[in-house]
Amino acid sequence: MIRINCPYCGERDHSEFSYGGDATINYPSLDASEKEWTEAIFFRKNIKGFQFETWHHSNGCRMWLVVERSTVTHEIKSVKPCHPNLQKVVENNK
Amino acid sequence: MKTRRLDNYGKINRDKILSFSWDKKNYKGFEGDTLASALLANNIGIVGRSFKYHRPRGIFSSGVEESGALVTIGSKDKRDPNVRATTQELYNGLEASGQNAFPNVNFDLAGINNYLGRFFAAGFYYKTFMGIPPFEWGRGTAIWMFFEKFIRKAAGMGSASELPDPDSYEHAHDFCDLIVVGSGPAGVAAAIEAAEKKLDVILVEQDSLVGGDQLAENNFDNSRIKNQLENLGIKIMTRTTAFGLYDNCVVGLLERVTDHISAPNVNIPRQRFWTIRAKHIIVGAGAIERHIAFNNNDIPGVMTVNASKHYLNRYGVLTGKRIAIATNNDSVYETAQQLSEAGANVTVLDSRTNLEIETNKSFEIRKGYVPYNINGSKKIHSLDVSKSEDINKSETINCDQVLLSGGWSPAVHLLSHRGVRPKWDYSNACFLPSDSKENITMVGSSRGLWNKNDCIASGIAGTTDALNRLGISKTNYFFPKPGGWKNPIQPLYEVKYKKSRSKSFVDYQHDVTTDDIRLAHREGFISVEHLKRYTTLGMANDQGKMGNIIGLSLMAELLNKEIPEVGTTVFRPPYTPVSIGALSGRNVGKHFRPLRVTPMHQWNIDHGAKMIEVGLYQRPWYYPKENETLSDSYIREASTVRKTVGICDITSLGKIAIQGPDSSEFLNRIYSNGFSKLQVGKARYGIMLRDDGIVMDDGTSWRLAENEYFMTTSTGEAAKVMSWLEELLQTRWTDLNVNVTSVSEQWAGVSIAGPKSREVLNNCVDDSLVVTNNNLPFMGVTSTFLKGNIPCRIARISFSGELAFEVYVKSDFANTMMDLLWENAKKYDGCLYGLEALGALRVEKGHVTAAELDGRVTIDDAGLSKMASTKKSYIGSAMRKRGVLKNNDREILVGFFPTNLKETFNAGTIVCEKNNIKGQGIGRITSVTYSPELGHWIGLGFVKGGLDKWKDTNLVGADPVRNKQMNLKVVSPHMIDPNGERMYA
Ligand SMILES: [Zn+2]
Repeated sequence: MIRINCPYCGERDHSEFSYGGDATINYPSLDASEKEWTEAIFFRKNIKGFQFETWHHSNGCRMWLVVERSTVTHEIKSVKPCHPNLQKVVENNK
Repeated sequence: MKTRRLDNYGKINRDKILSFSWDKKNYKGFEGDTLASALLANNIGIVGRSFKYHRPRGIFSSGVEESGALVTIGSKDKRDPNVRATTQELYNGLEASGQNAFPNVNFDLAGINNYLGRFFAAGFYYKTFMGIPPFEWGRGTAIWMFFEKFIRKAAGMGSASELPDPDSYEHAHDFCDLIVVGSGPAGVAAAIEAAEKKLDVILVEQDSLVGGDQLAENNFDNSRIKNQLENLGIKIMTRTTAFGLYDNCVVGLLERVTDHISAPNVNIPRQRFWTIRAKHIIVGAGAIERHIAFNNNDIPGVMTVNASKHYLNRYGVLTGKRIAIATNNDSVYETAQQLSEAGANVTVLDSRTNLEIETNKSFEIRKGYVPYNINGSKKIHSLDVSKSEDINKSETINCDQVLLSGGWSPAVHLLSHRGVRPKWDYSNACFLPSDSKENITMVGSSRGLWNKNDCIASGIAGTTDALNRLGISKTNYFFPKPGGWKNPIQPLYEVKYKKSRSKSFVDYQHDVTTDDIRLAHREGFISVEHLKRYTTLGMANDQGKMGNIIGLSLMAELLNKEIPEVGTTVFRPPYTPVSIGALSGRNVGKHFRPLRVTPMHQWNIDHGAKMIEVGLYQRPWYYPKENETLSDSYIREASTVRKTVGICDITSLGKIAIQGPDSSEFLNRIYSNGFSKLQVGKARYGIMLRDDGIVMDDGTSWRLAENEYFMTTSTGEAAKVMSWLEELLQTRWTDLNVNVTSVSEQWAGVSIAGPKSREVLNNCVDDSLVVTNNNLPFMGVTSTFLKGNIPCRIARISFSGELAFEVYVKSDFANTMMDLLWENAKKYDGCLYGLEALGALRVEKGHVTAAELDGRVTIDDAGLSKMASTKKSYIGSAMRKRGVLKNNDREILVGFFPTNLKETFNAGTIVCEKNNIKGQGIGRITSVTYSPELGHWIGLGFVKGGLDKWKDTNLVGADPVRNKQMNLKVVSPHMIDPNGERMYA
């Protein structure tokens, strides 16, 4: 069982969360071309090792989190809120 | 028959006699017996029949590795198949029976399979695809189809009860600093050390007693250890198996709460499934003694050496009188001496020639000897032995039991669950655990330590390792070196005797023989994972605990490689079988999944509603009067709505409050149609696309104030839409000042539809001016009060195509609202209508729902192109015309009529051209209903090219599932009132 240390709720089982996806995608602007959007949503890396990914604490605080997780060992290095302003708040409250 | 029980041996409670039945005959045992020890004491040698060849099988072990004594416990709905007799505690009234045999295990008709061995060799199952081996008779799939039912019937051991499980199970959770698996000397030492260092410790033991292998010692005092552990505050969980290790030090346990009790309290669960979240795990799971492969090594009376020691010292059962022990290691000598002291005539055959052993000379040791054939079929008559270098010069030893020890395999299973591969140790001829980067430490004989003092030292070292890793201490420690026998073990996995055609078993339970391994090799299945699947080695419910290493060694020999080069199979959870009941816990029957009801659920039932499940929701399906059927009822309801007025509970729709200065901009980006110019007091129907341009959901958003919207979504997509909006705001558009809140549970909603709906609503609101056509035009929104000062939100929205309103009140007022509306609707001969009538009304209008918007459909496919703004960009706008999505032969939404209006059709019907009725056709029907307005059946669906292409063509609806076919014509999806005059009325 992966345990994720939610910055708001503390360490919880992964069954409380929903997996999002690659957290490093820069989604193009809405008026960007079909080609740019195709790159963003269909071409994904298959990383072996640590990757940044989004998880939604859907059965908890409902916050979207960036989780730095190893795809090999499930080791989690860091968990932060996705929203940059909330990241700052969490940092300041540490 | 004489008992094999000895008076001065064993720790069973002889004051407490238990009766039990075996194959419908009654026997006696004692408290503290297992079913296996009681059967042995009663001289019952044959307890099962083997998987393929139906050979008689006895009891091979005294523990979880048992691969012979698999029996069925209980009867009727309590029937539990494939229970290991060696771990089943005896209780008064226990009913046990043999399995895989007809009429019984002593005389089994399918024993003939033993002589048809070549038909059942490795891969037989697969080969039937190609024809019957060895001659490939009947090549082709037909022969497989013919044999399949026999193979399936013959496969498997016991059969499960087909009745509902009468027992209850539960899930439980716990946390601790340290969990110790196994209560042998190592585990106990680790637990004590940890408790003394103030760690919160759980000690898990699969046996009913703590002590581990010490329970086989004749002077072991189990209660002393138990008291010591308890006094230190250690939580001891006996009859509990750690069946799997998972990420983050999570351990899965199965606690057998009542499996040892004859009439358990029905309020107590039979088994408990534990999830333990620990900070560190110490595994002292012991080691498992291996057998040796040679001819007829499966005859009842063959057993591991250590098992006979358990039966003697723990259960007071002497398992044989003339015992031959075959070994390649030192571990057997203490047992040999104790067996001879207990009165058996013992001969030890040690494959090693150079050997120093101190014994009291009460038994014979034949150095350099190996066994190569057992004579006997239902029991052992004698054993053929020989000098290991020349098998042809044989001697025969008269004996009634053959005990085997081919070495010991540390139980590395749990570590293997974590992906840690064990490494082969040549000097101990076994796999040893590698170090784990996770907080898991192996101790005792599961790290290859063969003597007790080393085990104890390793337990203390294990806890020190744990304390260091947890940052509590920084103490040096060392683990004793693996091993501990005076004379080195000599690898011995198989004794080959070429002259015989008898079988030599590697995996008893799945009847995998040495010949099967060789056959697999000849046929090219040389990778361990292929070998395993082709021969089914290690795939029985003992998961190869005894036989895997022998199989590996044979393959290594065939490939001229060393065992570690051949590899090892990965052990996966569970370590021992876990019942499905325990996995589901209390999530069964009504509790299988959560049930959602609307706040007027009881009101609906009280007013005659028949309910239907929509996702998790219970929704009114139809409201039959007297003897009305479903179709009578929904046709009446839908007609009433078109004629006067109807009321429908729509609370299950998703509802989201959208607030903040950037709300309009936000909606403008997520909906495909324009929202930036929506005025306060107006609602708009909108469609959301996914990033890839496919329709995600549709719904309405109401502008309540400058910076506040009320969004409704479909019932099925409500949760997904909510998560999606949160994702966009938290990850993508973090500059937008918008807050979204799910208010689905907070608001109760109804639709009031029909030409008289305004009059009904007018009677129900405080201020009758609010719902006039001027003040509340089509798509108008107002916040006002129902009579009785009930705050409400009203929007003039129509799904049915009639003049209609959606009214929402706080959930607490749901029943009051229903009473008020219903009382007034009755005055106009109105009705309550359910989902079936709602469906009929929307199909007549060509409105799409989840049946049409199935995740493959674009806006254009759904005929809603005008909903796709060309003036702005929005989610999905760049992608909605990509590649295949812009093809002109896409399936487009249309309506369908049967050509002969008296005919019916069903959803799922495939639409085909008249002369080309095959495959996926040119379209499909997604929704159908009887149209009360049109007086015949109608449908919605998709067809390639849409209405324009097929307007005047006769098509065929093929319904192969129902063996039905009908002629169809394609019509506009807007089957009634296409210009919407009624809605705007
Ligand atoms: Zn949280």
